[in-house]
Amino acid sequence: MRRPPRIVSEAMQTASFSRRAWLLGAAQAGVGVMLAGRMAWLSIAENERYNLLAESNRVNATLIPPRRGWLIDRHGLPIANNRTDFRVDILPDRLRDDERVIALLAQILKLPPEEVARLRIDLERAPGFQPVQVAERLDWERFAAVSVRLPELPGVQPTRGFARHYPLGAAVAHLTGYVGAPTAEQFKETRNPLYVTPGFKLGKDGLEKMLEDRLRGQPGAKRVEVTARGKLVAELATRPDIPGRNARLTIDAGLQEYAARRLGTNSGSAVVLDCRTGEMLCMVSMPAYDPNSFSDGISHLEWSMLSENDHVPLMNKVTQGLYPPGSTVKPMNTLALMAAGVAPTERVFCSGAMRVGTGVFHCHKRGGHGPVDMKTAVAQSCDIYFFEMIRRLGYDKIAPVARELGLGRKFDLPFSTQRFGTVPDSAWKQRKYKDRWTIADGLNASIGQGYVLANPLQLAVMAARIASGRALQPSILADHVHHDAPALPFQSEQLQLVREAMWAVVNGGGTGVASRLQIPGMSIAAKTGTAQVRRITMAERRAGVLNNGQLPFKLRDHALFVCFAPYENPRYAAGIVLEHNGHTIRNLDTPLIGRDIMTYLLDRERALKSLAEVEPTWGGDIQTRMAAEAAAYRAEHAPAPAAAATKTDAVVPTDAPAVEAATDLANRTQETLATDGPSGETPAEQGTTENSQ
Amino acid sequence: MSSRLLPEPLARLPWRVLLLVMAIALFGQVVLYSAAGGSIRPWAWSQGIRFFVLLAAALAVSRVPERSWKAIALPAYAAIVLALVAVEALGAVRGGSQRWLDLGFIRIQPSEFMKPAIVLACAKFYDMLPAAETRRFGAVWPAAVLIGVPAGLVMLQPDLGTALMICAGGATVMFLAGIPLRLFVGGALGVMVAIPLAFTFFLHDYQRNRILIFLDPESDPLGTGYHISQSKIAIGSGGIWGKGFLQGTQSHLDYLPEGHTDFVFATMAEEWGLVGGCLLILAFLLVIRWGIEVGQRANTRFARLTAAGLATTIFFYVAINLMMVMGLAPVVGIPLPLVSFGSSAQMTVLLCLGILMSIDRENRRAARW
Repeated sequence: MRRPPRIVSEAMQTASFSRRAWLLGAAQAGVGVMLAGRMAWLSIAENERYNLLAESNRVNATLIPPRRGWLIDRHGLPIANNRTDFRVDILPDRLRDDERVIALLAQILKLPPEEVARLRIDLERAPGFQPVQVAERLDWERFAAVSVRLPELPGVQPTRGFARHYPLGAAVAHLTGYVGAPTAEQFKETRNPLYVTPGFKLGKDGLEKMLEDRLRGQPGAKRVEVTARGKLVAELATRPDIPGRNARLTIDAGLQEYAARRLGTNSGSAVVLDCRTGEMLCMVSMPAYDPNSFSDGISHLEWSMLSENDHVPLMNKVTQGLYPPGSTVKPMNTLALMAAGVAPTERVFCSGAMRVGTGVFHCHKRGGHGPVDMKTAVAQSCDIYFFEMIRRLGYDKIAPVARELGLGRKFDLPFSTQRFGTVPDSAWKQRKYKDRWTIADGLNASIGQGYVLANPLQLAVMAARIASGRALQPSILADHVHHDAPALPFQSEQLQLVREAMWAVVNGGGTGVASRLQIPGMSIAAKTGTAQVRRITMAERRAGVLNNGQLPFKLRDHALFVCFAPYENPRYAAGIVLEHNGHTIRNLDTPLIGRDIMTYLLDRERALKSLAEVEPTWGGDIQTRMAAEAAAYRAEHAPAPAAAATKTDAVVPTDAPAVEAATDLANRTQETLATDGPSGETPAEQGTTENSQ
Repeated sequence: MSSRLLPEPLARLPWRVLLLVMAIALFGQVVLYSAAGGSIRPWAWSQGIRFFVLLAAALAVSRVPERSWKAIALPAYAAIVLALVAVEALGAVRGGSQRWLDLGFIRIQPSEFMKPAIVLACAKFYDMLPAAETRRFGAVWPAAVLIGVPAGLVMLQPDLGTALMICAGGATVMFLAGIPLRLFVGGALGVMVAIPLAFTFFLHDYQRNRILIFLDPESDPLGTGYHISQSKIAIGSGGIWGKGFLQGTQSHLDYLPEGHTDFVFATMAEEWGLVGGCLLILAFLLVIRWGIEVGQRANTRFARLTAAGLATTIFFYVAINLMMVMGLAPVVGIPLPLVSFGSSAQMTVLLCLGILMSIDRENRRAARW
């Protein structure tokens, strides 16, 4: 039931009004206080946050790319530095009369039509305060021509920036890598505004990529005040950039360049280590691309020329090339034999061939060496000695020593990809092929063929460890040298015997006499090696083994070489691998190359003189040859002028899929040979074909 | 004011509130001057001229005796409702909603006049209602109809802000008239139920969007939420003392949209800081308090309800606008009276002030006699 409503009089109504009006006023005052409180919250408690937001609204920073830190060699010489780059940008906000200005610029700078089209698109998309690149790496004439005509070119900004420069060019390509503009994907990943700033380059490969953080530095900023619509209002103070830090390498720039030139027309690589510290003094992989032109972005033509070349200039052979080490493992073998108790004086009779099961194993010397002891076996590179010894002991006794000397090892170096090959043993074969280890496997491995694969750096480390008797670790950054390497677990007499055997290779009438050093009082100790990349059939052997010069490039033998010098007091060790060299040209073969590289370190004048004599015989220095090759290729693949001008995005790092594939292909050949099964019916006949002179 | 220094009619003007209003308006013009990048054109100058013309009109209105207001309350209400219908009809004919009625020489926005008119009409209704009826149902539904019809018409335009203000104005008068509190509590509950329903069925997409974005402005920092975000940045970055006159970056660099109209408070706060904001809020509160006091001093029920109701109308303008710019309410398009550039709100508020002064005059005359 509803309560009867209260009777309300006028007096009560007035009193009620007063009460409620007061209440209303109080509520309004309350809302007022609440609003003031809210405002105080925004302007005091959150003031800092909103100040920042207001500032980031107001100020637009145009980044100035930081100067990249240098890569310098052990003596402070630049390997990668920055040189002044003349560039022209457009500030869209200040651009008037677009069409006329663009046409005039295209005419002054001789821009190809594609570049003009790209410029138009960029201008359309860029916010008004963000400079858009017109052209970079301009020569002084064109730069000056734009500067002089600036009054007719509103919004055009001629700028002096910095561009990466590699004074040694192709000689350091695989060491330094190169730089390039970030890709759209990289920008999307990081959202770093620096990545879309004209002129900014980051490391794309090699040390440039791996040391990116250290080399990059902090961008400067040109700060401008802009409106909500992006209109430029005023220029504010400029914050200078903080250049990146330099990185000192253990590399000797002079040696690096010398070795690169000395490799000549070979598809090869050379590593030199300091025998006392393991520092890498040079790391050369030739032929190579020119990192200077790569850093600008290269043309399709240049790219296809590099990728079609059978000398794989895009592959870093030092860390990624895998080769059967051939006879270069023999000194290591002797160390293992001695460790297993074989007396160095024990002799094996070499008749030129040896029957194991149903197969026949040949020595590289058809007539045989007669009775050989350990030292002679190394000096003469007698295969039968090692076949016999390893048949007796089993390869499982050898493999641990191979690893001890660095084969199959991955080293702590700032390279994104290192392929570290194989030191096979019975457990490994069981794991990988689910198959039993055969005697033939061991015999093949004993002469560095079959399953054994190593990269040139590992060969150099092997030589350095034998020379020093210590477990040296290679290093390339001057602040990351691994000092105090522990001694190897071998007796010094054993090591000394190995060194003597290597000395005899060169100086004792062995297989490497060509390497004899022409510096009085110093001698070189070395071991040559040859790795077959094809199978020699019985039929061919009967008809006479084909001469390497008669074979196509891809089927010729690899030539390998390890050495250290001076023998009397080892300072330097080297590993050299020449792909498909075939020992065809004396000046371009390993013994002389190895000798000259060592000579450079011990007697620079003599080495330079000898290079000056031989270099013209193979077409001049690296640049001359590369230019000639490019011209020949261009003539052969005459492209439409437009296609030549189109730049690819400069993303062709040597770990790009295409290069990976090429590297894989090159390396797979070795594996296939190994797994074809050198047992049973098809005898493994990879003897070493040393060119003893 | 001393009557010895001024002639009698001038001396009798409520100078305190007039000076306060002039101070607010003048400050508004200073802000508009800055919003235009340090120029009296296009806003400050015309706003100033209009203010003084309208102030003069308000003073003229204040001469109208209370009984005349009482007499025209319902006819004026009816006329404005008709005008609202006409707006709707014209909109329907021309295809497209509109808020204006073009009379050839002037374009008027009838919904704007409805804000004071609803107060007058409701006051008139409760004045006619015998005191004994106050607590009966008969005291509620006619007022509800009076409010509902124009509010509904305005919603059709669609103009959520104005519709809300009409409802709030009418409800205030009902509250002051002594309608049982439980009805308001019940009403409040009803509104809470109605909001989701209205949200789903009656609001336009853009209104719905505004409310959603008000709830989470950062969800759409470049779209509709942009207004609220930028306004908060302007107010927040002003700090205690502000960035200084003509130093505001949010407004001068066009980051703050509508910096001279609905968001003029943010423009002001950026340059004058918390101090300027609090002074402005205080000034408005003093004007409103004066209005409520006028009501409390009034002798007739109609005058009491009208005065307190109109004062509250001004309050709603200020409160809704400030809540809007500080991110406490959705963007509903209510300007800050006397400060925002534009004639409608200025006209309405000065009309309210004119009526308040007229009632004040009546009070003083009664007090003197």
